[in-house]
Amino acid sequence: MALTPDEGDRDKVRSVSVDLNNDASLLIDIPDALCERDKVKFTVHTKTTLRNFQKPEFSVPRQHEDFIWLHDTLVETEEYAGLIIPPAPPKPDFESPREKMHKLGEGEASMTKEEYAKMKQELEAEYLAVFKKTVQVHEVFLQRLSSHPVLSRDRNFQIFLEYDQDLSVRRKNAKEVFGGFFKNMVKSADEVLISGIKEVDDFFDQEKTFLLDYFSKIKDSTAKAEKMTRSHKSVAEDYIHISATLNSLSAEDTTALKQHLEKLSDLFEKLRKVEARVASDQELKLTELLRYYMRDIQAAKDLLYRRARALADYENSNKALDKARLKSKDVVQAQEHQEQCLQKFNKLSESGKKELTSFKGRRVVAFRKNLIEMAELEIKHAKNNMSLLQSCIELLKSN
Amino acid sequence: MATSSERSPPPFPESEDQEPDPDPADGDSDEGEDIFTGNSKPAEIKAERHQPPVDVTAKLQRDIPSSDPLGDLDGSGANKKPARDGRQADLFTEPRSDIFSEEAAARPARPGPASGSNANSSSKSNGIHSDEEQDIFAEATVELSLDSPHSERKETPKPVTSTESSVAVQPSAPKTALKTMAELEEEESEDKFELNISITNPEKVGDGMNAYMAYQVSTQTSLPMFRSKSFTVKRRFSDFLGLYEKLSEKHAQNGYIVPPPPEKSILGMTKVKVGKEDPSSAEFVERRRAALERYLQRVVAHPSLLQDPDVREFLERDELPRAVNTQALSGAGFLKMINRATDAVSKMTIKMNESDIWFEEKLQEVESEDQQLRKLHGVVESLVNHRKDLSINTAVFAKSVAMLGSSEDNTALSRALSQLAEVEDRMEQLHQEQASSDFFVFAELLADYIRLLGGVRGCFDQRMKTWQRWQDAQVTLQKKRENEARLLWANKPDKLQQAKEEIAEWENKVTQYEADFERISTTVRKEVLRFEKEKARDFKNQIMKYLESLLHSQQQLIKYWEAFLPEAKAIA
Repeated sequence: MALTPDEGDRDKVRSVSVDLNNDASLLIDIPDALCERDKVKFTVHTKTTLRNFQKPEFSVPRQHEDFIWLHDTLVETEEYAGLIIPPAPPKPDFESPREKMHKLGEGEASMTKEEYAKMKQELEAEYLAVFKKTVQVHEVFLQRLSSHPVLSRDRNFQIFLEYDQDLSVRRKNAKEVFGGFFKNMVKSADEVLISGIKEVDDFFDQEKTFLLDYFSKIKDSTAKAEKMTRSHKSVAEDYIHISATLNSLSAEDTTALKQHLEKLSDLFEKLRKVEARVASDQELKLTELLRYYMRDIQAAKDLLYRRARALADYENSNKALDKARLKSKDVVQAQEHQEQCLQKFNKLSESGKKELTSFKGRRVVAFRKNLIEMAELEIKHAKNNMSLLQSCIELLKSN
Repeated sequence: MATSSERSPPPFPESEDQEPDPDPADGDSDEGEDIFTGNSKPAEIKAERHQPPVDVTAKLQRDIPSSDPLGDLDGSGANKKPARDGRQADLFTEPRSDIFSEEAAARPARPGPASGSNANSSSKSNGIHSDEEQDIFAEATVELSLDSPHSERKETPKPVTSTESSVAVQPSAPKTALKTMAELEEEESEDKFELNISITNPEKVGDGMNAYMAYQVSTQTSLPMFRSKSFTVKRRFSDFLGLYEKLSEKHAQNGYIVPPPPEKSILGMTKVKVGKEDPSSAEFVERRRAALERYLQRVVAHPSLLQDPDVREFLERDELPRAVNTQALSGAGFLKMINRATDAVSKMTIKMNESDIWFEEKLQEVESEDQQLRKLHGVVESLVNHRKDLSINTAVFAKSVAMLGSSEDNTALSRALSQLAEVEDRMEQLHQEQASSDFFVFAELLADYIRLLGGVRGCFDQRMKTWQRWQDAQVTLQKKRENEARLLWANKPDKLQQAKEEIAEWENKVTQYEADFERISTTVRKEVLRFEKEKARDFKNQIMKYLESLLHSQQQLIKYWEAFLPEAKAIA
C-alpha cells in the first residue's frame, strides 16, 4: 500500500517538532512508502546544495531497521556525547488494526452487509492512520538530524541518505545487538549513578531533578491518553452498529415510526464520522505529542547519563592521579588521563547546557501549538455535531 | 418532594436538567383515548341514527375520552350511546344498581368485545346497531354465568356497540378501520387524558435480607371514578407483580396486551438489602423506579385496564394485601412463560387455518422486530459501557495531566496543563451524563418494548388457543351427531334424548366459541393497532429526548474548550 503524505502531514510533523526542514541546504522528506506484510519500505528523498554529497537530489529505499542503525551509531559516537540524539522512531505497529480486522472477519456473519462495509472502512482508515503516523515519525527523525548543526554533518548520516545499496551489511550483527543489550544494562546502572553523584552545577542539578520527575509523569500521561482515545474510538464504532440496526428496523417498520428510525439511523452514521475524527485528532494532537516528548526527554536523560559517567570518570581519574603521585609511578600518564577526562566532562557540560536549554524552548512551543490546535478541533467537531443534531431534531419535530 | 426531580435519573451526578417528564405519561395516556375516541365515533354515528340529542351526546362523548372509560363509569354515563338504549344511560348513571349490574357484569366480561367492536377494527360499528343491541344483551346473559366474581365489579363504559359475536368481520373492515383511524387522529388532539402517575421516593424498609424498597405511587386525576383528585400510596415491587398477575389472568385470555412489569433481579435487590451504598445499587433502584413508573403509566393508558377495579385499588387503597406467589414472575420465570407462549404459537401457526392474512403478517412483523430490537438493545448497552469506560479513562487522564502540569517548570505551560486537566475533568462528567442518558432514555426504551412485544405475541397465542377451542368443539359436535345417528339406527330411544341434549349443548358451544374467536380476533387487531400507535409516539418522544441530551452535551463541550483556548494561547 503506497502512501503519499501530503501537506497536512507535513504540518503535523512541524506541530510535534517545530521548525524543521527549513534549511535549504539539506532538505529531507519521505514522499512515499510501501507496506509489504510486516515491513514498511520508506523512500527517503534528499535535496541538497552541500558539496559533500554526490548529487543535488536523490532517493533511496530504507527500512525501519536502517533508521535504528543510524540512531544507534550516532548514540555510540563519542563525539556526540554532549548532544541530545533525536529519539529513534518506534517500530511500525499494525498489530491493533490487524487484530481488529481479523475479529471483524470472524464476526462478518452477524452483521448486515452495510454494517460490515462500514466497519471495514473504519478499520482501513485506522490502518491508514497508523501508516501515516509511522511515516511521519521516521521523517521527523531525519529532519531533526538534518537541522542539527553538528549531527547533520555526520558521515553515517550521509551514508544513510546516499548509499544506494542495501544497508543491511552495515546493520547490527548479533554481536552488536548483544552490545546494545549490554549497554542498556549499563544504562540502568547509570540511573543509580546519576542519582548518587554529587552535582556541582546548579543548572544540571535542577535539570536532573526536573527531567527525572517529568519523564515519569509524561510517560504516565501518554499511557492514559492512549487509553482514553481508544475508548473514544469504541464509542464511534458502536454508532456504526446502532445506525445499521436502526436501518434494519426501519426497513421492516410499517408505521409512522419508519421515517423516524430512518432519520435516526442517518444521524448516527454522520455522528460516528465526527466522533471518529474527534478521537483521531485527539490522538494526534495529544497522545502523539505526549509520546514524542516522552521519547525526547528520554534522549535528554541519556545526555545526562553520559555527562554523569564523564563526571564519574573524571573523579576516578583524579583518584588515580593521587594514587599515582603517592606511588610516584605513571604520574604523567595519570595526569594526562585526568586532563582528558576533565576536558571531556567540560565539553559535555557546555554542549549539554545548550542542548537542554533549546530543548526546553522547543518543547514549550510544541505543546502550545498542539494544545491550541486540539482545542480548536474539538470546538469545530462539536459545532459540527450540534448542527447535525439540531437539523435531525427539527426534522423529527416537523413530522 | 418535587415529583419532577425524583423522576430524573439521580444516581448519575448532577443531572442538571431534571425536567418533569410528563410526556411519557401523557403520551401513554393519550393512547387510551384512541379507543375511546374510536368508541365515540360509533357513538356519534349511532346517535345520529337514533336520536336528536345527538349533538349533546357526541360532544359529551368527545370530552370523555380524556377521562375516558372510568370517568364515565361513575358519573355522566355520557360515554354511552344514550341513543341505543335507555338502559345504557341508566347503567352508567347508576353503576351499582342491581338490575343493571348484570349488564355491568356482562360488559366487563366483554371489555374486549366492546373495544373490539371499536370502529377501529370492524365495520360493525358503522352498521348494525339495533341488532347489536339485542345481541349484546343476549350475550350478556350468557356471559354472566361464565364470569368470575371479579368481573362483576367491572364496568365498561364502552357502549358495547358492535357485537363482535354475531357479526363477522367484513372485508370492508380495513377500509373503515382506516377511515376511523384518521378520524381518531383528529379527535385525539382534542382529548386530554387526566390521570398522571408518578413514582417517587424509594425508601428502604426493614433490615437485612427481609428488607424491601417501598415506592411512593402518587396519582393526580380528575376522573370521577377515583375517590379524590390526588392521592399517594406506598407500594413494594411484589405489589406491582401482583397487579400484573391479576390483570393478566383476567384480560390476557381475551386478547388484550397486558403490559409486562419490570423483571425481578435477585442480584440487584440483594445489594440493596445488604445495604451497600454504592453507585451501582443507587442506579439499580433508580432504574427500577423509572421502570415501575413507565409500567403503571402504560397500564392506565390502556382504556380497558384502567377500568379494572384492581388497578383502581392498586392506586388508591392504603394497605394492599401482600401479593404472594410472585415467584412465577421472577425474571427467569417470566421469560420462561413468554418463551413457552412463543413456542406454543409457533407450533400452532403451522396448524391454524388462517382466514385473515393480516394476523399472519403481523405476527411475522412482530417476531422480526423483536429480533432487531434485541440486537439494537445489545449494541446500545455496549455503547453505555464504552461511554462509561471513556468517562473513567478521561478522569484518570485528567489526574495524570494535573500531575504533569505541577511538574512542568515553564509557568505558563504549567498553568495551561492544569487547565487542561480541569477541562478533561468536566469532560468526564459530560461523558458520564451522556452514558446515563444512553441508558435511561434509549436502552430502557428498547428493553421495555422487547418485553411488550412478548406481551403482543402472547395475545396472538391466546387467539390461537381460542381458535383451537372452537375447532375442538366442532369436532366434538360432529362426534355427538354421529353418536345420535348411531343411536337412531340402533334404535335406543332412551339414550337418544340425552344425545339430543348433548348435541344442543355442543351446538351452543360451537356458536359461542366461534363468537369468542371473532371477538378475540377483533380485540387483538385493535390492540395491535393501538400498541403500534403508542409505540410510534413513545419512540418519537424518547428519541427527541435523547437527541436533545446529545445536543446539550455538545453545547457544554464547546463551552469548556472555548474557555480553555485562551489559556493555551497564553503559553509562552
